Amino acid sequence: MAEQLLVNPIDCEGHGACAELLPEMITIDEWGYPIIDPRPLPPGLERHARKAVNACPTLALRLLRTPDR
Amino acid sequence: MTATTAGAFHDDAGRAAALGDLPRLLPPVQEGKRPQNLAAHLARHGNLPYRDRTGSPGTPGSLLKEVAEAGLTGRGGAAFPVHRKLAAVLEAADKRSRTPSVIANGAESEPASDKDATLLWLAPHLVLDGLQLAAEAVGADTAILVTHADREHDVAGRLRQALQERQAARLDRVPVQLAAAPARFLSGQETALVNQLGGGPAIPTFMPPRITERGLNANPTLVQNVETLAHLALIARRGPRWFREVGTAREPGSMLATIRRADGRTLITEVPLGLPLRDLLGGGPTGPESAVLLGGYHGMWLPAAQAAALSLDNESLESAGARVGAGIVISLPPDRCGLIETARAVRYLAFESAGQCGPCLNGLPRIAAALADLASGRSRPGTREDLERWSGLVTGRGACHHPDGTARFVRSALRTFAHEADRHERGRCSATNTAPFLPVPAAAARSEDDWM
Repeated sequence: MAEQLLVNPIDCEGHGACAELLPEMITIDEWGYPIIDPRPLPPGLERHARKAVNACPTLALRLLRTPDR
Repeated sequence: MTATTAGAFHDDAGRAAALGDLPRLLPPVQEGKRPQNLAAHLARHGNLPYRDRTGSPGTPGSLLKEVAEAGLTGRGGAAFPVHRKLAAVLEAADKRSRTPSVIANGAESEPASDKDATLLWLAPHLVLDGLQLAAEAVGADTAILVTHADREHDVAGRLRQALQERQAARLDRVPVQLAAAPARFLSGQETALVNQLGGGPAIPTFMPPRITERGLNANPTLVQNVETLAHLALIARRGPRWFREVGTAREPGSMLATIRRADGRTLITEVPLGLPLRDLLGGGPTGPESAVLLGGYHGMWLPAAQAAALSLDNESLESAGARVGAGIVISLPPDRCGLIETARAVRYLAFESAGQCGPCLNGLPRIAAALADLASGRSRPGTREDLERWSGLVTGRGACHHPDGTARFVRSALRTFAHEADRHERGRCSATNTAPFLPVPAAAARSEDDWM
């Protein structure tokens, strides 16, 4: 079971904590909002991803389980 | 008033055979623009054929199966297979033991389109039949028909009259409520409709869960465009094979289209899927830089010569990156500037952002401003690169497709009007007429009340 990051763009206020904790998957655009890598989370990043999810002040970031293909 | 013709080619006897029995939805051409009352409707189409959820005795298969065989897709723009939505709602209702709702979407918030208002005005009973049959097919106890709050015709008044006729005839099993979506670009978006009908503002919400699973009042909810429901009402009467007598094998049936010709004439017409676009564009002057807008303000500009080689079906249009959408085909008059027209429409789209998602809230005004600079000859080196970059940056990053559709529209203008943009950068413009051509509402949302 792979995992994938998903941001709710309505809830996101561009605090940027996620990109600081998970720069491998999240970059910040010129307005301060996160650009999420849509690919499944590579092995080894799960702990960092969970930290990023927990750090979001508006609870906009989620980790979704995606069925294996 | 918008000119309406029920069959575009009734003046062309040679092509009549290829069009089969069109128009199917709109009243016959000879009856003109008179709305069909219940008696005229039933005389033309026959009685409303209710079925049980599992198929009534003597009727093999349920409506679901017939709709699947017909290959009916949503006519609101997305062309999603109708039977799959019906099946998703049924499944969610069974799984969660909830009674579904059905919403007929006649909000038609795209300013360039007038086909849903025309259908509701001329043939309200066909839509209301489809709403009843869809409600029966998914076992819904709630049926709501949503219209656009601000149309030239009193569509809502026409529908109230139609519902009274049906009540007197004891036709409807599920009572139909009428609602009006505010005159905003995004108010007809599925999640915005559900949000509004649930008591919130008419702005999109974030999925998942899908509204087929959890929509109005958390019940499984079927949202179908009003034209889709009208087709459904005819498929229930005449069957899938009849439906497939026109259209292409992959995209069967007919569809309503809004045609805005370069001479300023607008017609609402019913055409088979797969009709060559050159038949819709009509004659009229075309130059090497003539252009056609397909699909409205979330659609695409194409050079007229390229468009003329395509046909009105997604299989053909996708070769050019375009889609049938809700059937909007607009020819740019040769005396207008495509950049000026696009900049005006994009300014409107930027104002119509619900302002909920950061990339859309920030990106669309910047895109609109840069495009206005380019259109008015005030651009600097790099303006076009900025437009491309921002268009890429906003795409796929909203809760709804407003940023994606706007970016597609802008990029297609930069491609199609590239020579014109060169001219603008040298301080020239080829337009001899700057009167606005594309219909763009003047009002923009200023406060949250405008979304209610």
